Amino acid sequence: MFTEKAVVQFLKPIEQNIYLLKAYSPKISQNIKPGQFCNIKVSDTDFPLLRRPFSICEAEGDCVSFLFNIHGIGTKILSGKREGNEINILGPLGNGFNISGNYDQAVIVAGGLGSAPFPYLINSLDSSKEVLSYVGAQTKTDLVTYKLKSVSISTDDGTAGFKGNVIELLEKQKRLFVKNVKLFGCGPTPMLKALQKFSAENNYECEISTECAMACGFGICQGCPIESTANINSYKLVCKDGPVFNSRDIVL
Amino acid sequence: MSNVDLSVNIGKLKLQNPVMLASGTVGYGNEISQFTDLSKIGAIITKSVSLKPRKGNPPQRIVETSSGMLNAIGLANVGVEQFILEKIPFLREVNSTLICNIAASSIEEYVECLKILDGQDIIKGFEINVSCPNVKEGGLVYGNDVSAVGKITEKVRAVTDKLLIIKLSPNTAHVSDFALVAKKEGADAVSAINTLVGTAFDIYTRKPKIKNITGGLSGPAIKPVALAKVLEISRKVDIPIIGIGGIMNWQDAVEFMICGATAVQIGTVNFINPNAGIEIIQGLREYCTKMKIQSISELTSSYNLE
Repeated sequence: MFTEKAVVQFLKPIEQNIYLLKAYSPKISQNIKPGQFCNIKVSDTDFPLLRRPFSICEAEGDCVSFLFNIHGIGTKILSGKREGNEINILGPLGNGFNISGNYDQAVIVAGGLGSAPFPYLINSLDSSKEVLSYVGAQTKTDLVTYKLKSVSISTDDGTAGFKGNVIELLEKQKRLFVKNVKLFGCGPTPMLKALQKFSAENNYECEISTECAMACGFGICQGCPIESTANINSYKLVCKDGPVFNSRDIVL
Repeated sequence: MSNVDLSVNIGKLKLQNPVMLASGTVGYGNEISQFTDLSKIGAIITKSVSLKPRKGNPPQRIVETSSGMLNAIGLANVGVEQFILEKIPFLREVNSTLICNIAASSIEEYVECLKILDGQDIIKGFEINVSCPNVKEGGLVYGNDVSAVGKITEKVRAVTDKLLIIKLSPNTAHVSDFALVAKKEGADAVSAINTLVGTAFDIYTRKPKIKNITGGLSGPAIKPVALAKVLEISRKVDIPIIGIGGIMNWQDAVEFMICGATAVQIGTVNFINPNAGIEIIQGLREYCTKMKIQSISELTSSYNLE
C-alpha cells in the first residue's frame, strides 16, 4: 500500500456519462491485482473531504485506469481532470479476485458500472480459459462493455439485448457453461444477491466484488462492515477483507 | 532547526512531541503503520476497548457531509481479552507511546477493564471514553452527567497510577464543568472534544443516510466548536488539555495549542492522509524555528485576548 501522486494521461468519455481516466502511477500499477481498488483524492484541498474508492480497470506498464460515472461531487470533480493534472492515489487496497485455479471457463457477470474491474481481470487470465461476459443495466445507455469478451447483454427496459435482468439472462444461458466454470460478479447489491443465490443453486464457484461507503479504505475507520457466514458475532470489512469475497462467505 | 524542543508533559508522561493519533482512527496500529512511522508520533490512542467484544453497528456507518463526516461505528472492537492476545504483541513492536482508550456500559465495567489492562507495561496511560455518541447505553449518557463523569473518574483513578485522561463530550452546555469534576477526582488530563451528534437524510427516500440515524460529526466542520471548548476549559480549569476536532494540518494544531491545548489528537485526517501526523510534526518544528520558539509547550494557552 502506498500513496502516490499520479499524473493524468487522459480522461475520455466512453459512453454517455461514463468516463475512463488513465494516470501515470508506476508503484500502484506494478503492484495492483485484478479486483483490488484505489482510494483517490480528487482535489488538493479539503473539499471534498474524503477519498473516493474506485476499482482498478486496467494496469498496463506504469499506468492505471479507472472507469467511473458522475455520481456526486467527487466524481464530478474527477471528470474535470485533464492531461497533466495530478491526483493522489492510495492503493492497492483490499483483496482482489482469485484468478488462478482449476477452471476452464470464466463467466463475467456485471451490472451497470460493475464492469469496471473486468478488463484487467480478463487481461490477467491465462489464455487457455474461455471468457463469457454477461452485462446488464436498466437501460441501453447505462451498459458498459468496455474491453469485455464474448458479451451478452440484458436491459431491464428491453432497449438492448435480453429484456430482463442479467441473472435471468444467466439462467437462460447456463447451458453454455462447462462443468468447472467460475463466475466473477460485480454490480449493485440486489444483483449480487441474486447472483449469490444463482451460484449456490447451481453449485458454481463464484466470487463477487462488493461495495460499501467507506472513509479510509484500509481498515482503520471501520466504516464498511459486511456480515460473514463464518462468524455472526463480528463483521468483516469490505475494504480490508474484501472487496472480493467468495459468494458463500458473506451475507448480503 | 533541530534544537526546537517539541516534547510536552501530560501528567507524569513525557511525549516526544504533542501530536497524538486519536482513538478510532488508527485501529490498533497495524494497518496505518504501512503508511507512517508510528515511532515518531507523540502517542497513539487505541480504538476503544471494552470488556467484551462488540460487533458494532450495521452498515451504513459513514457518510460524508459538508467539510466533515458522520460516523456511527458503535464501538466495534475485539474485547479486552483478544486485545491483549492479538493486538498488544504488534503494538509492542511499533515502539510508540501507547495510550489505551476504554469504553464501557457501566462504572463496574470501566473498572474491570482497566484492572485487566493496567498490568500491561506497554500501556502508558488510559483515555476513558465517557462520550461516545453511538451506543445506546453508557457513552453519551455518562458524558452528559457531571456526577457520573466524576464517579467514573474516581473509580478508575483508584485502580491505576498510570496517566488518566477523560475524553469529554461537546454535546453538553458547559464542557468546563466536566473538566473540573475530572480534575477534582484525580484525572491527569482531559481530551476535548469527542464528535458532535449529527444526522443526514436522503431527500428522495426520506431515510437517514446512516443506519444508526444519528452519528458523530468530525472533520474540519467541527474545528471552531472544538477550539471554543478547549478555550473554555483552559480559562476555567487548571488541567492539561488534549485538543481534538478537525485538525487537518500543522496550522490547526498550533491554533489548538494557542487556545489552551498541551497536545493535540488528529483523527479524521488519518483516513485521508495516513502520514498526516508526521507532516504535522515537521510543520510544527518549522513554525517554532520561524517564530523563535524554543519549547513548543510555550504555545499552550498563549492566547492574546486583548
